[in-house]
Amino acid sequence: MSDDPKATTPPDGPEEMSRRNFFIKMGVGSVTVAALGTAAFSCQYLSPNVLYEPSPIVDAGKPDHYPPDSVTLDPQTAIYVVRTAEGFFALSAICTHLGCLTAYKPELGIIACPCHGSKFKTDGVKIEGPAPRPLPWLRMWLSDDGNLMVDRSNAVAIKQLVRV
Amino acid sequence: MANTLDHLAEQVRENRVWRSIFRSGTGASNLHRALFVQQNVFLHLFSVKARKRTLEFSATWYLGALTFGTFLVLVITGVLLMLYYHPSVPQAYADMKDLQFVVSSGVFLRNLHRWSAHAMVFLVFAHMFKVFYRGAYRPPREFNWVIGVVLLLVTLLLSYTGYLLPWDQLAYWAVTVGSNIASAVPVMGSKIRFLMLGGTAVNANALLRFYVLHCVILPFAAILFIAIHFWRIRKDGGIYAGEPATEVKNR
Repeated sequence: MSDDPKATTPPDGPEEMSRRNFFIKMGVGSVTVAALGTAAFSCQYLSPNVLYEPSPIVDAGKPDHYPPDSVTLDPQTAIYVVRTAEGFFALSAICTHLGCLTAYKPELGIIACPCHGSKFKTDGVKIEGPAPRPLPWLRMWLSDDGNLMVDRSNAVAIKQLVRV
Repeated sequence: MANTLDHLAEQVRENRVWRSIFRSGTGASNLHRALFVQQNVFLHLFSVKARKRTLEFSATWYLGALTFGTFLVLVITGVLLMLYYHPSVPQAYADMKDLQFVVSSGVFLRNLHRWSAHAMVFLVFAHMFKVFYRGAYRPPREFNWVIGVVLLLVTLLLSYTGYLLPWDQLAYWAVTVGSNIASAVPVMGSKIRFLMLGGTAVNANALLRFYVLHCVILPFAAILFIAIHFWRIRKDGGIYAGEPATEVKNR
C-alpha cells in the first residue's frame, strides 16, 4: 500500500506532478533556455561590431588634376571622377550586377565590366545587361581647401554637377 | 621460405602486445576474419561480408572509394600547406608564391592539393550520376542519398572557401561575385553576406573566416558525414548489386 504512487501525492492538488516529472521538466527547461541563449550569443558573436575598413569618404584631389572631358578611375577607391564641360560628378565603379570593378574604355567612350559584360554610358546609364541598374552617382562636394570629396556610401538620386 | 614467413607472422600475431591491440586472435576462419573487421574502429563501419558482385569494377566504377581517396590526399597535403600559409592580407599571396618557388616540394604539394580538389568535385558528381542511373538511391538507401547530397554541398563549400586563400585577383573577384550572389537571398541576403565576409567587403575578416571554414569547420563536417555515409552502406544492406534477375522479369 505504501509504494502506491497515488498515496504519496496529495489528491486535492490542482495539478498532480511527481517529483521525478518536476525535475525532468526543470532540467529540460533550463537546458533549453541555456541553448537558446547560447544560440543568440553565437549569432551576435559572428557579427563584428567594429570594422577596420577604409572610410567611405574619399579625397579625390584638386579639380584641375582632371583634364576637361575626362573619365578617371581610381581602382583603390572604386570611383570614377567624370569631368564634363559643365562640371564634375562622381560615379561608383562597382558593377550593379555582382560587384566587379568596371573599367572605362576610352576608345569606345563607355564603361564596361570585365566579369559578365555589362556596359554603361559615362553618366552611369546602362547600355546592356546583365546589370540590373545604372551605376549610381555618389555625393560629391568641394572641401574647404578646394579638394573634390566623394562619399561612397551616399548614392544621390538627383544628378547634380559640382561646378568649380 | 614462405613457410618461415608464415611462421614468423603467426608468432607476431600470437604476441601479447599484438593480441592486446587486435583481439580477434590468429586463424583464417570466417569467424576470425569477421571479428577482425568488427573489432576495428575504422573497419567496423563496413560489413564483415560483401557480395562478390559489389566488389567488381562495373558495379561502382569505384567512384565512391576514389572520391574518398582524393579527400585523404587533400587532408594530408592541406595540413602540410598550412605549415607555410598565414591567413593574413599582407602575407597570404606571398606565402602562396613562396610555396611555389621557395619551399622544397612546395609546388608539388600545392598542385597536388589543387588538382585533387578539382578531381574530388568531378568524382563526387560522377559518383552521384552512377548511383542515380543504377537506381541505387532507391529504398532502403534513400537516406544515404540525402547524406550524399549534404556531402556534395560540403565539397562545394570546401572548394569555394579554398578558392579565396591564394588571395590573388581570381580569388578576390570570384569571392566578391560569390558573396554578392549570396546577398540576392530575399530579406536576409545582405545579412548573410555580412556574416560570411565578417564585414562589407572582401577583406582581412573574410580571408580569416574562409580560412577557418576551409581548414577546421568544413573538414570536420565532411569527416562526420563521410563516417555516417559509410556506416549507412552497411546498415542499408551493402553496396547496391543490381536487382535479382527474377525481380526484373516479374516487372
